[in-house]
Amino acid sequence: MHEFVSFTLSGVTQGMIYSALAMSLVLIWRGTRIVNFAQGAMGMITTYVAITVVDRGDSYWWALVIAILAGVIIGGLVELVLVRPVESKPPLNAVIVTLGLLILLEAIAGMVWGGRYRSFPPAFSVQGVFVGSSRINLSPFDIFTICAVLAVMVGLLVLFRWTSIGLRMRAAAFEPEVARLLGVRVGRMLTLGWALAAGAGSLAGLLVAPNVFLYPSNMDAVLVYGFTAAILGGLDSPVGALIGGLGIGLALSYIGGYEGASLETIGALVILIALLMVRPEGLFTRVAPRRV
Amino acid sequence: MLSVHDLRVSYGAVEAISGVSLEVPDGAVTAVLGANGAGKTTLLRTITGLVRPRSGRVAYDGVELTSLRAEEIVRRGVAHVPEGRGVIQDLTVDENLRLGALWRSDRDDRKKALEEVYELFPPLDTRRRQSAYTLSGGERQMLAIGRALMARPKLLLLDEPSLGLAPLITAQIMALLRQLSSESGLTVLLVEQNARSALSIADQGIVLALGKVVVTAEASRLAEDEDLRHHYLGF
Amino acid sequence: MTRMPGPLRFAAVRHGLVVIVLAAAVAGYTQIAGSFADFQLAQIAIYVMAIAGLTVLTGLNGQVSLGHGALMAIGGYSAALVMQHDPNGHLPLAVVLVIATAATAVAGGIIGVAAARLRGPYLAGATLALAVGIPQLAVARQFAHTLGGEQGLTVRSPQAPSFLGSSFSLEHWLSWICAAGALVVLFLLSNLVTSRYGRTFRAVRDDEIAAALAGIHVARTQVLAFVVSAASAGLGGALLGVVTSLVAPAGFTLVLSIALLTGIVLGGLGSIVGAVWGSILVVYVPQWSTDLAHSLSFSTVMGSYFAVAFYGLVLIVVMLVFPSGLQGGIVRLWGMAASRVRRG
Ligand SMILES: Nc1ncnc2c1ncn2[C@@H]1O[C@H](COP(=O)(O)OP(=O)(O)OP(=O)(O)O)[C@@H](O)[C@H]1O
Ligand SMILES: [Mg+2]
Repeated sequence: MHEFVSFTLSGVTQGMIYSALAMSLVLIWRGTRIVNFAQGAMGMITTYVAITVVDRGDSYWWALVIAILAGVIIGGLVELVLVRPVESKPPLNAVIVTLGLLILLEAIAGMVWGGRYRSFPPAFSVQGVFVGSSRINLSPFDIFTICAVLAVMVGLLVLFRWTSIGLRMRAAAFEPEVARLLGVRVGRMLTLGWALAAGAGSLAGLLVAPNVFLYPSNMDAVLVYGFTAAILGGLDSPVGALIGGLGIGLALSYIGGYEGASLETIGALVILIALLMVRPEGLFTRVAPRRV
Repeated sequence: MLSVHDLRVSYGAVEAISGVSLEVPDGAVTAVLGANGAGKTTLLRTITGLVRPRSGRVAYDGVELTSLRAEEIVRRGVAHVPEGRGVIQDLTVDENLRLGALWRSDRDDRKKALEEVYELFPPLDTRRRQSAYTLSGGERQMLAIGRALMARPKLLLLDEPSLGLAPLITAQIMALLRQLSSESGLTVLLVEQNARSALSIADQGIVLALGKVVVTAEASRLAEDEDLRHHYLGF
Repeated sequence: MTRMPGPLRFAAVRHGLVVIVLAAAVAGYTQIAGSFADFQLAQIAIYVMAIAGLTVLTGLNGQVSLGHGALMAIGGYSAALVMQHDPNGHLPLAVVLVIATAATAVAGGIIGVAAARLRGPYLAGATLALAVGIPQLAVARQFAHTLGGEQGLTVRSPQAPSFLGSSFSLEHWLSWICAAGALVVLFLLSNLVTSRYGRTFRAVRDDEIAAALAGIHVARTQVLAFVVSAASAGLGGALLGVVTSLVAPAGFTLVLSIALLTGIVLGGLGSIVGAVWGSILVVYVPQWSTDLAHSLSFSTVMGSYFAVAFYGLVLIVVMLVFPSGLQGGIVRLWGMAASRVRRG
């Protein structure tokens, strides 16, 4: 019983990180109908940026801000330079470009920062907090993780639901041509969408790093988890991304806890394939995917 | 005034518009008629920058439109209600409407325009928060026209507004267009399959066939002349 | 097409002749080149198998796979496991290879059944998960005992047959085996591509609905393409194990899968001949970049990152500049130049 609670708590924390990554995949998918396979690697690069800032002696918070800003800039640039030209091409081209970017970023990280595993300092203690007299598997850093992801989610929700820029972004994503007739500068909205998504991805990278160490391919598996979470929620649904992330986080935490951590990747693979076979549109989308 | 000069548009090897020249006088209703595939939609899409012409010119109030992008053309006072209406189903009625004016910086006037549109289309007023997906065909057409009016256009292009609507609703829409033109001086370029109802409100009629202008005439003449009607409009 | 004389009318005969000429060239080359060239030749041959297989799947049948490295792992581990159950080495290498190939083909069939229901980015994501997930199986507590964990399993090297003389080195023999394997794969795949099946593969790629209306069983065709492609990758993986005497998770990373993809993109996404060029580049570029790193007095590790960066750049640049692949791009440039000349 104690074990179960402990696995559940760590599942929620990890799940929130996967939700953040899933959210960035969903944002990009909604805007450009592209799965950004480089999303994890972009988060890895910005985490290296953060650790460089910390190494210089600056505070964690400063590093966090710079890393997220770096993510936003990288995301926007990637959309402008790499994605724009393949947007009108067959889907395979975009797949190959984002995959190429994934591997290119990993190589760049290796060249600049070296391939060794580095520990990443968490913002808060990773020791579980006491409830009564017993320590539970929820540390201050875990609480920070949950709050940070929730804050980003709420921020995005507010942006999309209640601001005019959000309205324009949604219109550009749903009906680009109609949006243009209404004066929406669709290209800018897509760039902005990639930028925001990459910001959320950077946060995921920062939050996951204390758990998995930092090395050039440290986000490969996390990308698979985030993708699985996004599929679970239906690639089109931001709320689905949140719930999908939690679902995957819990499932993998139980698998990892009871069966061993190395089985987590396999577990995600099995869940992903099963999902795609049974309900490729995800559990939380109302409408069927437009293009499968 | 909108003037189109020797316009040619092709999709790959298929030429959809083969040298069209026409003028749309200010403050009037001009109807563009023609059979399926005549090039009517292509004409409108080229005017508002969704399709690039192979050659030719489109000028509105002396500004060359062919070098502008679609999102800039609406800023020059040209609104386009596309074929099939282009209502964004994932947004609410209110969001659809507001979207039509977002490019304008005058916040107060945007609010005012919104209330005017709700006044003009009471069925929309009662459905502000409803998803556009739930609207009937007639309500969607109102939404599409209302959204175009949010931009306070000087020139309104409509692509087959009567498509899929009951005759009574079509008549209401046509009457509304006539009224907008007569009372507020809006210029209307109306593409229609339904020649009879379009001509009933239009000042001028233009018939397209196979990408060319075959007739330009006063609407009343076009409606009365049996030969023309039989030959080009099939009624 | 111009009429060919006599037996050359048959594609299989032409492909056979090409293969014989290539085999002679390979044999001749290994006689003059040193043992490092042997190793490289073996590597190229291994990549040829996997990349030609992936070409059939992605280029000809339109199914993307980012997980072919995982299929190579299945082939490699199958071979290692078979050898472990045969500690005295009674089974000839050929039998081991056939078993490993068959095992991978079966795995490919299972994956193919799932893949036939997926399209575009969904298929890409699922196969990416394969590439990341499958090698982790070896590390998992439940299987580490059988699959050797991070250390992996050793693979026995075959002896060069005695009639080739005592000076005939093992490296030499291994490169011949790999080259033979690659030539067999090339021969079979070339015939497949020009056969009725090749046409149905392409028809499904170009337009699934039209293919279905023309009476082609789309899902079955897609599964078949996956099986063929997996078998080729499996043979390559098994031989990779034989050549390096080891199969371990670190040998089958995501980078391997992406290197294979780079190979088909370089080869023009759909040409078997292109797959050979792609393989040569994919093997030589890491070599060059290691040399480059040395000459710039960087570490060898840096050289390996150069190679990975090259894969990434190739994938991006080719897709942006020549969306139909390098070979396609060259063909197009050639066509443009030719028409310019004709117009005078
Ligand atoms: N995107 C496109 N690609 C290729 N050809 C097109 C495209 N759009 C239109 N066409 C062709 O251009 C010609 C004119 O089409 P257009 O849609 O302008 O006709 P229309 O007069 O609006 O017809 P309808 O009354 O049926 O709407 C047709 O032959 C059509 O097939
Ligand atoms: Mg039309």
